[in-house]
Amino acid sequence: METIVRKGENQVKYKRNSHMTYERQQKVLGVLFSLPALVLLFTFLILPVALAFVYSFMNYNMLNPDEKVFTGLDNYVRLFKDAIFFTALKNTLYFTALVVPLQCGVALFLAILVNKKVKVASLGRVFFFSPVVTSMVVVAILWTFLYNVDNGLINHTLNFFGIKNQPFLLSPNQAMNSIIFMSIWQAAGFQMMIFLAGLKDVPEELYEAAEIDGANVWQKFRNVTLPSIQHVTGFVLIITTIQAFRLFIQPYVMTNGGPSDSTKTLVFMLYENGFQFRDVGYSSAIAVVFFLVVLITSMVLKKLLKQ
Amino acid sequence: MTNRTKKRMGKIGITISILVLGFLFISPLLWMIIASIKPETLIFKDMGFEAFIPKQMTFDNYSKILFSDNINFFHYMGNSLFTVGMIVLFGTIVNSICAYALVKLKFPGSDYVLLIIIALYVVPFESVLIPLYIVVNKFGWINQYPALIVPFIASAFNIFLFRQFFMGFPKELEEAAQIDGASPWQTFIKIVVPNSKPVFATAAILTFVTHWSDFMWPLIVATDQSIQTVQIGIQYLFTDNNIQYGQIMAALTLTTIPVILIFLFFQRYYVQGITSSGVKG
Repeated sequence: METIVRKGENQVKYKRNSHMTYERQQKVLGVLFSLPALVLLFTFLILPVALAFVYSFMNYNMLNPDEKVFTGLDNYVRLFKDAIFFTALKNTLYFTALVVPLQCGVALFLAILVNKKVKVASLGRVFFFSPVVTSMVVVAILWTFLYNVDNGLINHTLNFFGIKNQPFLLSPNQAMNSIIFMSIWQAAGFQMMIFLAGLKDVPEELYEAAEIDGANVWQKFRNVTLPSIQHVTGFVLIITTIQAFRLFIQPYVMTNGGPSDSTKTLVFMLYENGFQFRDVGYSSAIAVVFFLVVLITSMVLKKLLKQ
Repeated sequence: MTNRTKKRMGKIGITISILVLGFLFISPLLWMIIASIKPETLIFKDMGFEAFIPKQMTFDNYSKILFSDNINFFHYMGNSLFTVGMIVLFGTIVNSICAYALVKLKFPGSDYVLLIIIALYVVPFESVLIPLYIVVNKFGWINQYPALIVPFIASAFNIFLFRQFFMGFPKELEEAAQIDGASPWQTFIKIVVPNSKPVFATAAILTFVTHWSDFMWPLIVATDQSIQTVQIGIQYLFTDNNIQYGQIMAALTLTTIPVILIFLFFQRYYVQGITSSGVKG
């Protein structure tokens, strides 16, 4: 081991098995350390994003990949004339518009419940969170049985309260709502955990002060809780929205997009065109539109929530 | 009513609400587990509260899906454990060193790299599905294990998670190692890694739970049964013409158990991962 005294008066540096300075070693290691992740991100994320744009301007079918040609905006023109696209867009927006407020509302309510100092709070946290760790495929299969018209547990329970059997997944009017209900049950625990972390940071004194002023439960919620967790709420709304746009597994497993396209979503359409019809060009155009919808929505939300 | 009894009444009300809602939330999973140990004929016969009581217990459903030749559930589970285990192993290494480099080993251009990684975080996986398939196909990986592993090793989210942690890592510890004569590599391996166990645990657990549930991608690249994962396996049991409900319930339960165990044992790290990404992100 040798000692080198460098320019600075008090800077004494030791080094081992190397002719490089410490700073130089750091830079070299920095490049080596970031290289694997960057190569992988480039190959499996950046390149595919670029390819999605390129393919969306091409007539390209996986069955005859050698015959791909640039066709300009043809795929986009076709998309905006495709009635199924507007159905899929409408279904996706409907799902998002209902799931986001309902799921976040349920999650906030549950978070407030399990944030109280009662003995069963931690048990409640585990119960509300359990559906989150259950995979969506498992959940979708399980609920298909629960929603069964003649033998399902849900219709039996409704019968008990004097309500007649509902068609649920078999009806174009109820299928999407049934998926929405199940999706909220599955994921609310996730947002609950984030809200809970936010609630823990609200100083107790604020509630005490509100109580002295004679505030009731609703006033405390409205004037203390909500303003204190504002930034958490904003974040939860954005991630829930992005998650909602990606709806695919539920319709794939439970309804196959039906009945009469009532649960067909943008991602379902993208999958169908890409991997059943093998139409890379058209499917890529759907992917680009989907990407832009997600991007613009989250940017608009971010702007709105900042105000 | 005095203030005190009012408080006590409130607590009782909250306890009851948690218990009732808790039962409603857990009941579908409870039904799944109990139906899996019932004989086939009783699963849709027991309704109401009877649905949650196993009057006749049997483990036939489990032995059938685990030990009969035509289902091979062990095989699906093995594929899932192997592929997800590989993603976790290589992912924690690759993402942690990248994050460390971006925070502590600044090199020319490293700030731009960070900006790009944060920007990539907003790309929904579904929008790169088709081109990714074509890239993976070019590598000749369709129906090969690398297709299920390699594209998911590097993760913008995990790099960000590690970055948040390393930014708060005490500079003094690293400087002390430097003064003791350690190289940057030695500092990372001997000082930083042993003192960063929580973030490694968090990243590993979040990665495991995320990829254990993967469905869309394996559906596309794993059309050959030999490499199919458990999520695809249960989907096949479900779409079988001769559907066996008890066996499906057993399969659903077995698919869920690994994640439930991880959640129960590592709850703290798991929740930390969710909330730290959320509240600070």
